[in-house]
Amino acid sequence: MSQIPADLHYTPSHEWVRFEADGVAVIGITDHAQEALGDIVFLELPETGRVLAAEEVCAVVESVKAASDIYAPLAGKVIAVNQAALDAPESINADAYAAWLFKLRLAGETPPLLDATAYQAAIAEE
Amino acid sequence: MSAVHPVPSRHTPLHAVHLASKAHMVDFAGWSMPLHYGSQIREHHAVRRDAGMFDVSHMLALDLEGFDATRWLRALLANDAARLARSGVPGKALYSCMLNERGGVIDDLIVYRFDDARYRIVVNAGRAAADLAWMRQHIASNGINASLGERRDLAMIAVQGPNARAMAWQALPEIRPGSAALAPFSGAQIGGVFVARTGYTGEDGFELSVPAARAAAVWQALAAAGVAPCGLGARDTLRLEAGMNLHGQDMDETVSPLDAGLAWTVDFSDPARAFTGRAALAAHPAAWRMLGLVLEGRGVLRARMPVFTAAGAGETTSGGFSPTLEKSIAFARLPLSVTAGETVEVDLRGKRLPARTVELPFVRHGKTLI
Repeated sequence: MSQIPADLHYTPSHEWVRFEADGVAVIGITDHAQEALGDIVFLELPETGRVLAAEEVCAVVESVKAASDIYAPLAGKVIAVNQAALDAPESINADAYAAWLFKLRLAGETPPLLDATAYQAAIAEE
Repeated sequence: MSAVHPVPSRHTPLHAVHLASKAHMVDFAGWSMPLHYGSQIREHHAVRRDAGMFDVSHMLALDLEGFDATRWLRALLANDAARLARSGVPGKALYSCMLNERGGVIDDLIVYRFDDARYRIVVNAGRAAADLAWMRQHIASNGINASLGERRDLAMIAVQGPNARAMAWQALPEIRPGSAALAPFSGAQIGGVFVARTGYTGEDGFELSVPAARAAAVWQALAAAGVAPCGLGARDTLRLEAGMNLHGQDMDETVSPLDAGLAWTVDFSDPARAFTGRAALAAHPAAWRMLGLVLEGRGVLRARMPVFTAAGAGETTSGGFSPTLEKSIAFARLPLSVTAGETVEVDLRGKRLPARTVELPFVRHGKTLI
């Protein structure tokens, strides 16, 4: 059973979002996603400073099995990427909620996200 | 990110054991098979460094019997089954392609010789039905006195790695006397167990065929001896590092073995041997060279990626992440004039990245060869 922390927000495409102070959001992939992907061996993350539209393809997570596109859950500017995860992509398999991918300073409209209960229901349907 | 949906399908005799071991199951060639038991990379390393085991019961074992068995195999297969008797090794195994009249690869298989009238053949799961239809038709149309028996009553477990044989003997002491002197690439029936010193990983080890009812007990005895359960994911990266082809990916019914790095398995030495596909191969010499690729930068090579060389374009046929090299590797079908040691470019999802061509295999017996 994959973990779905109650304090995070989610997308149907298996990204998680944690809102921080000052309009900053931290983004990663869910435990369910890492489990489905298997051993993760490579990450491609957006450049710091890049402005993303919501639902834009902005990163790639490659596992031994396949390459998966990551969508920006929200619109905003990339203000940080997780160098530790880039250097050790397997850290996402170890703890998908600790190994974040990038941080956005939010701008523009925010599409609705799922709460933990709704995300749980969404993956139960798969 | 998109999710992966396992589809339930045919079960091997070890299915319940896999579920109890919390394996990630996937559909493979119509069978529900373990992809991994937690970490495919850990399983890969277990085989390179210690010992791992794979349920390969989805593959089909066939017993060939009859006066014409040898004559028929010499007509059916691109490699020459007469080599087996000549080797003088009892139970000697031969790897061969089975070709159609156009020289395309219907399947690749292993055949073990007991005597001139009795052989064991093992074919790929996904090709089993097509293979059987082809073989039966080949027997009928050539007036061959031989029969093929399907051995779905057997389970097959591949135990692979530098410590695989020692652990197999620990788990199944009764096979030790009969298999201690077993030469590489040969097999022997020892009581109820067919023990073959073959595999698909580039490591030493055994492939064990046991009655289905004993499969779970044998698996558990091997696990108790320290053999790590491994899934199809590790099996694929191990065979990729070992430079071993996968039917349906590196060659198929439209691809000549001469273009798939398998010229060494096609035996033209006896001019009188008219095997199926020989005329087509003789008329169409190799048009491509199969080489390994090592990606220089970051990323993961996958199958069917375009490759650009100074001599023209080719493509990858298999690709992935090599846990031993900690780099991405691939097989590529390239223009004939390309040689090992060149730098080429691979189109990875729209980006061209440099890769180095190398001779296969990448890894053998735990050692990096590139």
